[in-house]
Amino acid sequence: MLGFGFLYAPIVLLVFYSFNASRLVTVWAGFSTRWYGALLHDGAFGTAALTSLEVAAMAAALSLVLGTCAGFGMARFARFPGRLVFGFALLAPLVVPEVILGLSLLLLFVACQSWFGWPSRGMLTITVAHATFGACFVSVLVRAQLAGFDRALEEAALDLGARPWTVLTRITLPGISPALVSGWLLAFTLSLDDLVIASFVTGPSATTLPMAVFSSVRLGVSPEINALATLFLCVVFLLVALAGWLMARDERRRLFGRQV
Amino acid sequence: MALLEIDGASKRFGATTAVDDVSLNVERGAFYALLGPSGCGKTTLLRMIAGFETPDSGRIFIDGIDVTGLPAYARPVNMMFQSYALFPHMDVAGNIAFGLRQERLDRRRIAARVDEMLALVQMSGYARRRPHELSGGQRQRVALARALAKMPKLLLLDAPLAALDRKLRAETRLELTGIQERVGITFLVVTHDQEEALSVASCVAVMDRGRVVQTGAPAEIYERPASRLVADFVGEVNLFEGELTAGFNGLALVVAGFREPVPLPCGTRLPEGAAAALAVRPEKVVLSHAPPAGFAIAATVSSIGYLGGGSIVHLATEQGMALKAYLPGAAASSFGRGAPVWATWPPDEAVVLTQ
Ligand SMILES: Nc1ncnc2c1ncn2[C@@H]1O[C@H](COP(=O)(O)OP(=O)(O)OP(=O)(O)O)[C@@H](O)[C@H]1O
Ligand SMILES: [Mg+2]
Repeated sequence: MLGFGFLYAPIVLLVFYSFNASRLVTVWAGFSTRWYGALLHDGAFGTAALTSLEVAAMAAALSLVLGTCAGFGMARFARFPGRLVFGFALLAPLVVPEVILGLSLLLLFVACQSWFGWPSRGMLTITVAHATFGACFVSVLVRAQLAGFDRALEEAALDLGARPWTVLTRITLPGISPALVSGWLLAFTLSLDDLVIASFVTGPSATTLPMAVFSSVRLGVSPEINALATLFLCVVFLLVALAGWLMARDERRRLFGRQV
Repeated sequence: MALLEIDGASKRFGATTAVDDVSLNVERGAFYALLGPSGCGKTTLLRMIAGFETPDSGRIFIDGIDVTGLPAYARPVNMMFQSYALFPHMDVAGNIAFGLRQERLDRRRIAARVDEMLALVQMSGYARRRPHELSGGQRQRVALARALAKMPKLLLLDAPLAALDRKLRAETRLELTGIQERVGITFLVVTHDQEEALSVASCVAVMDRGRVVQTGAPAEIYERPASRLVADFVGEVNLFEGELTAGFNGLALVVAGFREPVPLPCGTRLPEGAAAALAVRPEKVVLSHAPPAGFAIAATVSSIGYLGGGSIVHLATEQGMALKAYLPGAAASSFGRGAPVWATWPPDEAVVLTQ
């Protein structure tokens, strides 16, 4: 209970004060949505938000493709050389501290740039960085779902004359769609959330929302930030809820589907 | 020429040999049953015919064409899976249409065929249901319709009735034979239910530990089993182990649990002193209160099991040998538990087994 209190009380407070009419963050002066209005007119945050969304969407899409391939590799090819190492490599980004991850990616990008003159640091590097660790999360989800996927379905499709590619697109991918959707959402929110890695690998041209918020907070907390954070929370919360709901629905369906 | 010819097919999984040098011919239009205990390789054999496993050695021919190297989607065979394997994200009509769509038939032809199949399995009202909204029996019908939709030359059915309850199984079994006659497709059915195999099949192959041990018509398998294993697995049987000796009227079998040697069917040609077993079906055993003329075994009734249409009477000889007799109707009511009885059977109705 107390733990939940510590976790959620500040959030509730933050949401509450975002509707404060006063400029002073901690003094309540009546209900108002003026900070939401101010937010709308503040171009810097708007651009940062757009950057963030764009990066998140692209990174999530990239994660999905890479993570699905990796997940298939792990679940379907039981014994290929280096499977163990590959498995560890997939899990490592989930536990390695972000600072280290960010730093190492930065070093990689700098090295790349000095050798090939590409990529210049900015949105592209953030997207790639986010895609790498997003892909790890996606691969874990895909692998787990594939492990529970009834391979007889694929055989039945083959038996009915479907080519392997048709089987993949018509049977297997729809079958693991909950993992694909929630994987995409997870990668999306992770990217939207991330401050540390983005700060490491970005250049002067790209500022994500968390970065913008962080730098403005260092100058003092403004109610505008509260409003922004509230909106942000809403988006993240919605996405997480969507992912959770999809997983739960799949679980239910599987329970019903299996009772022969 | 047989529709399906399997020529010496073997399949090993690591140390276990799932299918061991199996040769089999399935005639066109047959309702062929593969019967055997759990784990004897029936599913593996079926999967090799369907194209999901490649045999380590041997060839498989369908309609005279060697399909051993063909992938599953290129074989003129469809399979009904042990778990049904209906596609959960498609409705019943979508499931049945799936195979037809792969042939790029036009939409109206597919719809007509789906309706026809639904009518065949009496599921016409269920086209829009999802598999998880169906009962086990209904799923089984949809799986059958899906496998039949493409009109394969050969339909493989892996334990199609195993998941159904007893009454439904008996009904569905009859329907299955009806459907098979109507569509005229050759069926190869896997089962570990011997009653099922005997009642529906036109031909039965009994498998054991990866090998086919006997093939033949159901009555032949039941009346003339080729080995102890077949006799024991197909139906109830009394198996008496013993040694052959010369009786006063041809050969006889000395059985440790009986006082006198048991007469064998006439025409038995085996060397004296050889070990053999005598298989006697319980329904061939005749019980009487008074000693009959000729060969008979004295025993006492140890228990009576009522089966509805008749009773199974368990007997024990003085030497402790157990045997069972099946008496139709109420015939068993005149024998009380512990009562002394005489058991006998026409010697020609028993089968001598050396394997
Ligand atoms: N993919 C596999 N890998 C390893 N062993 C296998 C595999 N498939 C089957 N086996 C083994 O091969 C043998 C035959 O299995 P199979 O599934 O063909 O039996 P079955 O006759 O269909 O049994 P049941 O009546 O229980 O379905 C078993 O000992 C099984 O353990
Ligand atoms: Mg099986």
